[in-house]
Amino acid sequence: MTIATFPPEPKPDQGRSRYFGFCTDAKVIGIQYIVTAFFFFLIGGLLAMVIRGELITPQSDLVDRAVYNGIYTMHGTIMLFLFIFPVLNGLNNLLIPTMIGAPDMAFPRLNAVAFWLVPIFGFLLMASFFVPGGPAYSGWWSYPPVSIQNPLGHLINGQGMWITAVALSGVSSIMGAINFVTTILRMRAPGMTLFRMPVFCWTALAAQSLQLIGLPALTGGAIMLLMDLTFGTSFYRPEGGGDPVLYQHFFWFYSHPAVYVIILPVFGVFSELFPVYSRKPLFGYLYVALASFIIVGLGLIVWVHHMFPSGVAQWMRNLFMVTTMLIAVPTGVKVFAWLGTLWGGKLRLTTPMLFCLGGLFNFVFAGITGIMLATVPVDIHVSNTYFVVGHFHYVIYGAAVMGIFAAIYHWFPKFIGRMPYEGLGKLHFLLTFIGANLNFLPMHPLGLMGMPRRVSSYDPEFTFWNVVASLGAFLLGVSIIPFLLNMLSAWIRGPKATHNPWNAIGLEWLLPSPPPEDNFGEDVPTVISRPYGYGSGQPLVEHQDEIERRLELMEASA
Amino acid sequence: MTSSSTRSINTTAIAGLSVWVGLIVLVSYWMGQQAHRWLPVQASTAAPLVDDLFSFETAIGTFVFLGVVSVMAWVMLFNRAEKYDDTDAVPIEGNTLLEVIWTAIPFVLVMGIAFWTIRASDQLGTLGPMEHIHPRNPVEDAGGYPGDRLPAEQVEVIARQWSWEFRYPGSNVSSTELHLAVDQPVTFRLVSEDVLHGFYIPAFRVKQDVIPGRAIDFNVTPTREGVYRLRDSQFSGTWFAANQSDVVVESAQDHEAWLEQAARLPLQPGLSLAVSEYATRQSRSNPGWATVPPAPPPQVNVPGSSAQPHQA
Repeated sequence: MTIATFPPEPKPDQGRSRYFGFCTDAKVIGIQYIVTAFFFFLIGGLLAMVIRGELITPQSDLVDRAVYNGIYTMHGTIMLFLFIFPVLNGLNNLLIPTMIGAPDMAFPRLNAVAFWLVPIFGFLLMASFFVPGGPAYSGWWSYPPVSIQNPLGHLINGQGMWITAVALSGVSSIMGAINFVTTILRMRAPGMTLFRMPVFCWTALAAQSLQLIGLPALTGGAIMLLMDLTFGTSFYRPEGGGDPVLYQHFFWFYSHPAVYVIILPVFGVFSELFPVYSRKPLFGYLYVALASFIIVGLGLIVWVHHMFPSGVAQWMRNLFMVTTMLIAVPTGVKVFAWLGTLWGGKLRLTTPMLFCLGGLFNFVFAGITGIMLATVPVDIHVSNTYFVVGHFHYVIYGAAVMGIFAAIYHWFPKFIGRMPYEGLGKLHFLLTFIGANLNFLPMHPLGLMGMPRRVSSYDPEFTFWNVVASLGAFLLGVSIIPFLLNMLSAWIRGPKATHNPWNAIGLEWLLPSPPPEDNFGEDVPTVISRPYGYGSGQPLVEHQDEIERRLELMEASA
Repeated sequence: MTSSSTRSINTTAIAGLSVWVGLIVLVSYWMGQQAHRWLPVQASTAAPLVDDLFSFETAIGTFVFLGVVSVMAWVMLFNRAEKYDDTDAVPIEGNTLLEVIWTAIPFVLVMGIAFWTIRASDQLGTLGPMEHIHPRNPVEDAGGYPGDRLPAEQVEVIARQWSWEFRYPGSNVSSTELHLAVDQPVTFRLVSEDVLHGFYIPAFRVKQDVIPGRAIDFNVTPTREGVYRLRDSQFSGTWFAANQSDVVVESAQDHEAWLEQAARLPLQPGLSLAVSEYATRQSRSNPGWATVPPAPPPQVNVPGSSAQPHQA
């Protein structure tokens, strides 16, 4: 082996055009996912601005009530199905193969098909704004009978397009899940046993297993809903003997675990980043890794807690409260493990670290309101109020989106090959953290006072906290500007990144930045120890010194 | 460092930690007391149960939150790397005893809360039997009262897109304003004529979805006189937000008097904000995105007033 042949020289010009076509390289697909997701993030965010604009006054005065209902429905749908799932699949695509030393995903063409379904159903969903009657307006749950009322009676209608898009999203996610699970189980580097795998891969494996178990239920439920809407069947239609509550079970059987599909990989990001920026091993690696699968098991048997005030018997409420409460235990194990990692460390408060710490702060808050929501009598009072809206925005925006930003800042140098700017990054963090708390904290008192969610007008006693929330929302809207500026300018003209700018331990940091198309190619290093060996002095792989010397030489000559 | 100075450092650390934990306990207790002020007035027997549970959870939650945030603040202040220090920290891989402790304590804590909650729910006993019914019962459509099926003290609640109708079968009264006698248990029979609705009175701390095709019995005992709000809590379409009604809790005598007086009033259209807004909307040249037209206002003895002040 000579310096000239290892690592394989990246082809001089791989061209930006491959980002716009059917490419099977997981790293290209990953970036395609993330960029597409942020395009829809901007649209979903714009809709959120309209929502908060309407709610800054008690009257329904900014948009028509029908328009408001369409907008809040599309905000939720876009943010979940077109932003957060795609952006996480983007991270999966970038990180899973490079972290386990695989050249690509197990099924590269399936991977590309799964991605290209996203713009297709995204277009379908956007097009529903322009059909007669407007888009779906029954909320992202689409509970029947409201969702099968079809006021215009057209065969092509917003709600039908919505259901089709969600079903396609499910198909795309199932394709992705098969791919991620297979890749993790079958394509790890020599020596990388399951218990030497980075925690991000554990959490991705857990999350994608949930997709495989849960999505068929949602897809089946959605197909029946589409048939009720389009062909007049009565699976859920009460006047034909159907049961509207049945749909809620199908929906939440998937859509509760979906929350863990979102938050588990973010736990993975926290578990990767805290050790790097504290210079300490992850505290209790084994427990953190296994806790992911305990969350999977419990996460599958809690869905009825979304339906406490719906048509369920009291004993079922109690049972599902207990299972929901139990999730606090493995989640607590993770939170305490991160604190143990930080404790006595040598912290570097870089942009990704700040996003992780902010995300952890918000997550702990969301976990506490989550326990409150699990207890039946309290939930009966606050369910379907702004308390719930506040709770899940703390989870999704406060914790998950902040974790995603952390991941983007942390791995941007690896996959783009250039460094993002710290100043803009810290400004982005500050605006996001303040904006999110200002936006979502006031929703809790509003819910406790009894303001229902999904309303386009409200009683005047709710005005004060709504004004505060709207101001926070506008700040959050502004916070995206430094992020976009940072990403664009760093991508075009940021300083070149070395192979390991954060001095992190992991297979992906033993690749050049950006990595060549087939990652390690034929020369996959043999893993000889657990991840996160900070301070232990143990190398991660055989011949680690040699590999690093070559990367440094290559960087020096470039 | 001598052993005696180590001991004195340990003593200082333990004393400091104890003071800090004591402080957090005090703040948590205070937050638990504050929690009552974030909720609406207590106007039913359910309200104190719900509020006490919420207050307890607020106190516990504050303690956990401040505990975690204290550790985060500590490490951010005192465990920062020196400017040019690239070295690693002392590697601690884990600690089995700690893992067991922080698995066991949350487990015991949440199970404790769960048992308290189950007891409180049993005491509440809001939810009665659910009966599957055929919607659009012809007798009801004809405006008749299904009094033969209902015990006299039961109040029938009919939810529509977008109005609430309350029928008092024993007194042959109907209204779009809910009147209840203070300190008297009442059982509602919740039915919907179209889609899901939510029967939610924040001051009572109770909520129950109204499901088309089912009649759900629901028990409440109001405990405080006043005017409160009933809000639709399950999204029901275009005028969901406007689907609200007043709840008047009055003394037993006043309630009897109201029923007697109401029975003498002729039937007239009840309150429905949706109907008037829909008319305005349809009169525009472009009425906008499609909507289900509102059901005509129910014919009732007492429409009530939309300008009545209510208690927050």
